[in-house]
Amino acid sequence: MNENLLEVKGLHAAYGPSAVLHGIDLSLKQGSVTALLGANGAGKTTTLRALCQMMVTTRGEITFAGQRVDGRSTERIAGMGIGHVPDGRGTFLGLTTEENLRLGAYGRKDKGAVAEDMDLVYSYFPRLKERSAQQAGTLSGGEQQMLAIGRALMSRPRLLLLDEPSFGLAPLIVQDIFSIMRRINKEEKVSILLVEQNAELALDLADSAYLIETGRIVLSGSADEIRGNDAVRRVYLGE
Amino acid sequence: MDAFLHQLLAGLSTGGIYASVALALVMIYQATHHINFAQGEMAMFSTFIAWMLIQAGFPYWAAFGLTVAISFVMGAALEVTVIRPMRNAPVLSVVVVFIGMMVIFHSLAGWLFGYTIKQFPSPFSPDAWYGGSLMSPHEVGAIFVTLVVVGLLFSFFRFTSVGLAMRAAAQNPESSRLVGINVNRMLMLGWGLAGAIGAVGGMMVAPVVFLDPHMMMGVLLYAFAGALVGGIDNPVGAVIGGFIVGILENLVGTYVVGTELKLSVALILIIGVLIVRPAGLFGKVIVTRV
Repeated sequence: MNENLLEVKGLHAAYGPSAVLHGIDLSLKQGSVTALLGANGAGKTTTLRALCQMMVTTRGEITFAGQRVDGRSTERIAGMGIGHVPDGRGTFLGLTTEENLRLGAYGRKDKGAVAEDMDLVYSYFPRLKERSAQQAGTLSGGEQQMLAIGRALMSRPRLLLLDEPSFGLAPLIVQDIFSIMRRINKEEKVSILLVEQNAELALDLADSAYLIETGRIVLSGSADEIRGNDAVRRVYLGE
Repeated sequence: MDAFLHQLLAGLSTGGIYASVALALVMIYQATHHINFAQGEMAMFSTFIAWMLIQAGFPYWAAFGLTVAISFVMGAALEVTVIRPMRNAPVLSVVVVFIGMMVIFHSLAGWLFGYTIKQFPSPFSPDAWYGGSLMSPHEVGAIFVTLVVVGLLFSFFRFTSVGLAMRAAAQNPESSRLVGINVNRMLMLGWGLAGAIGAVGGMMVAPVVFLDPHMMMGVLLYAFAGALVGGIDNPVGAVIGGFIVGILENLVGTYVVGTELKLSVALILIIGVLIVRPAGLFGKVIVTRV
């Protein structure tokens, strides 16, 4: 039995004719937090989209929990236990906060457990509970980020894909969200693949990390190894 | 005064029919941001199917139910075969396809059923207790049927997870896929519902205007005006808009411009709404914070 929850081999991805990823290998241990670092346009978001077969055409192997994912439709992959917190948060602006969360549990038949998970999400993010009947478009950026994470949690995922959860948010709120993510990882045993531009923040949370440059993995290792790497320190940690 | 009241109530009754067709338009607009110009002709065709079933000896309500089911399948099938391949086509191409569908349904009905005007039965007997001097039982019944349809739809969208998923898919297809919603299936369902709702409208209007391939041409315009008045993205607004247009059409037609110019009321309303309040009276302006 393979201990890796996610195993990616030779992943290529393209938007129409323009290729963005050129053969990526990565693996993610069950229960771990793995960070995917890199500059703007390196292919971080594309990697997450490729894992969900969303908006891109891909080549290569993606195995999740022992099952091949590539070639399946986005909606089926969601049902397999991958919760994607997308770039831009993917809020359903015209629906209420609670409806947004209910959508996260779409396709689940266990009504009682869904209600429990709703309470669980509200216990992690009490702000969402206060705003439960409010149109989601009126939430602040931080609240919408919490909503996106909460929505992904409602599917009881084994793996969370987080796309720049710190983007555009005040530092205090970012700290808050990252500490909640740490708790979710520990308490709910959800593995996390985290895409971040803010390397310091990401390496703080992550066990291991990959560095991606122009569609290729250029460096990988434990979070400490990556943090100690001279090039990373210079370019990404600004030291 | 009695005449005025009578016109008002008659307007309410035709308004109910505009409301159903407006609802069908909104259904598709919400999901795809297209106005289905063929909606009226689809409803007319459905009404012919009902007529055929009744001619074949089916009791009215059995024919009614069957027609609604057949129209649902017809709408869904159209989405899959004609509309889906046009997903990434420019708006104008889609408009042309809608107009093509309109012409095809029109000619098909003429070819299959003939252009002679036919009587279409009302399920509400002319001497039922709920009729009175001001409203015929059919008018009362048609309003009731409209309200039932609206109530059912409202509950469907509000309280079922499929209804919620349909609203989500219309708003944000990418995000919907990420939570596991099959967006294609939702679009198909939306078209099916539109077909079914239109069919109800057609069967309710046919006893009043009589059944022929031209039956829905005016109705579609009024329904379109109703949908715009109420807000093309708001089902409840569209229903209220349909009623408003029905009443205005009758009153203005009787007291101001005369019956010949009635249709211009709809056109003026459409233009007026587009100029003054493009979102409609009840159109939802989605609030966003950045």
